[in-house]
Amino acid sequence: MFNPDTILAEKDQNIQSAAVSHEAKALRVNNLNVYAGDHHILRDISLEIPANRITVLLGPSGCGKTTLLKCMNKLTDLYKELKVSGNIFIGTDDILNTTHNIPAIRQKMGLLSQRPYPLPVSIYKNVAYGLKIKGIRDKKLIDFSVEKHLREVGLWEEVKNRLNAPATSLSIGQQQRLCLARGLAVKPAIILADEPTSALDPISSKIIEHLFREMKRHYTIVLVTHVLRQAIRLADHVIFMCDGRIVEQGSPSDLFSQPESDELRAYLIDGN
Amino acid sequence: MRRIKIIEEKIFVFLSAFMTYSLILVLLFIIGVIFVKGFNALNPDMVLKTPRGGYYYGGEGGVLNAIAGSLYIAIGATLIAIFIGLPAALYINVQLIRHRKTQNTIRYFLDALWGIPSIVYGAFGFTLMLFFGMNASLLAGIITVALLISPIMVRTFDEVLSTIPRGLHEASLALGSTRTETAFKVIFRQGFPGFITAVLLSFGRGIGDAASVLFTAGYTDNVPVNLDEPAATLPLAIFFQLGSPIPEVRERAFASAVILTFIILLLSFAARYLAKKYSRTNLR
Ligand SMILES: Nc1ncnc2c1ncn2[C@@H]1O[C@H](COP(=O)(O)OP(=O)(O)OP(=O)(O)O)[C@@H](O)[C@H]1O
Ligand SMILES: [Mg+2]
Repeated sequence: MFNPDTILAEKDQNIQSAAVSHEAKALRVNNLNVYAGDHHILRDISLEIPANRITVLLGPSGCGKTTLLKCMNKLTDLYKELKVSGNIFIGTDDILNTTHNIPAIRQKMGLLSQRPYPLPVSIYKNVAYGLKIKGIRDKKLIDFSVEKHLREVGLWEEVKNRLNAPATSLSIGQQQRLCLARGLAVKPAIILADEPTSALDPISSKIIEHLFREMKRHYTIVLVTHVLRQAIRLADHVIFMCDGRIVEQGSPSDLFSQPESDELRAYLIDGN
Repeated sequence: MRRIKIIEEKIFVFLSAFMTYSLILVLLFIIGVIFVKGFNALNPDMVLKTPRGGYYYGGEGGVLNAIAGSLYIAIGATLIAIFIGLPAALYINVQLIRHRKTQNTIRYFLDALWGIPSIVYGAFGFTLMLFFGMNASLLAGIITVALLISPIMVRTFDEVLSTIPRGLHEASLALGSTRTETAFKVIFRQGFPGFITAVLLSFGRGIGDAASVLFTAGYTDNVPVNLDEPAATLPLAIFFQLGSPIPEVRERAFASAVILTFIILLLSFAARYLAKKYSRTNLR
């Protein structure tokens, strides 16, 4: 039956195993190409996302960052006009070329979008949603999980007295944290965050950044951002894209202090 | 230059305000007229009794037969239309999310169906009825009206669902929901106020329509108790009574119109209340 301690123990194990396998890869993209008609949106993308690190995707607007994230959790399926080829591996499973149990694949990735999209239900039900569709009915377990994840994103104290209020009654910054909590409740391994702070005020942004730094102990994070300072503050690994191609990738110290390509140099200058 | 702009602004504001309020005034005028004209005939008997012998010559009775018939037909037809329209609208907006062309083709056809005059539905229902060897009956009326209002139901609901941002679909799918779960747990919930509007609009159209029930539901002085019995309806009751040479009977036509209007207004308020109550949790 339900026992919070086993869940916590499970988590501890995760941390340990992460610490042991230092250079483990959470995700591997191999020769990914995306076309929309004649438009070649992503060109021969090959990359590796290190586990338990924050990987920052940088690049000018329209270079294909959002599209790349959408490939990772198969949301490209929603767009008929997008033709996708290549492989995306989690471990040895090619998640891009399977139609088998797509919801389970998506549950491995938490998605945080540019603006928060709370489900049209209460705060509590937003966090409980993922558990309920997983078939979990145990009220105690759900209560426990809701509290745990709301605490994890620092929202618990603010909302504990109005869990049944509509999620939309929260401020945008709170909604974004709620969406994060909701995503964490389905126990993803990877968080895909697409400009998660661009609609937020500076303080809410700081909170999210702080959360990401905490969260990388348990999760792998892929972060798209246009805020260079944020990239510098958070990145363990940087991928710079331009025009659908990866131009440079590597450690932040290398890329930011000694950019090799003209594109990145120009981007760094314009971005500051 | 600046003065011209100010005058222009004033004229435009005046014109649009004028149009808005004159429309409301016309509606109030209509309600006023039917109320005044039907006032003398408005008594409890009108809603509590069925026509007695000689009713159509000014004798005793009321239009309970038509009230009941209209409610039965409109409620039955609305239920069928919900049964058809709810999955259809969700299908168009969730399952077909990748297929914009198909979506638009379906919408085009539904709009065409919406535009077909109700007498054509009446004629079609009548043909169908004869084909199945049925008589003019409650059931035939319900089916015909259901056909009439289904496109309204689907398109009205669909129109609201189609404005739901893609991000909400994506958020739901990203949490691991299937499309069906997304449809019923997220998209339906978000579109609920639109669903209420769709139900109201369909019901209003169904209960107010005369041509579709003219041949299919028939007319009777009794309250129908079985689906295969004919059923009277308020629009037809108004029509028959209004054609009478006797002033008292014409008064009753207006009283019937007041009753019909009142039912629709009541439902309007209920729908508004519900829509408001359930849109509290909605993403805006
Ligand atoms: N469904 C689609 N159909 C056609 N073109 C698309 C589609 N989705 C994306 N594109 C195109 O692909 C390119 C990359 O878009 P994407 O949204 O991935 O850029 P981005 O790097 O996320 O930009 P931004 O920083 O502005 O968010 C753009 O030129 C866009 O117009
Ligand atoms: Mg983007």
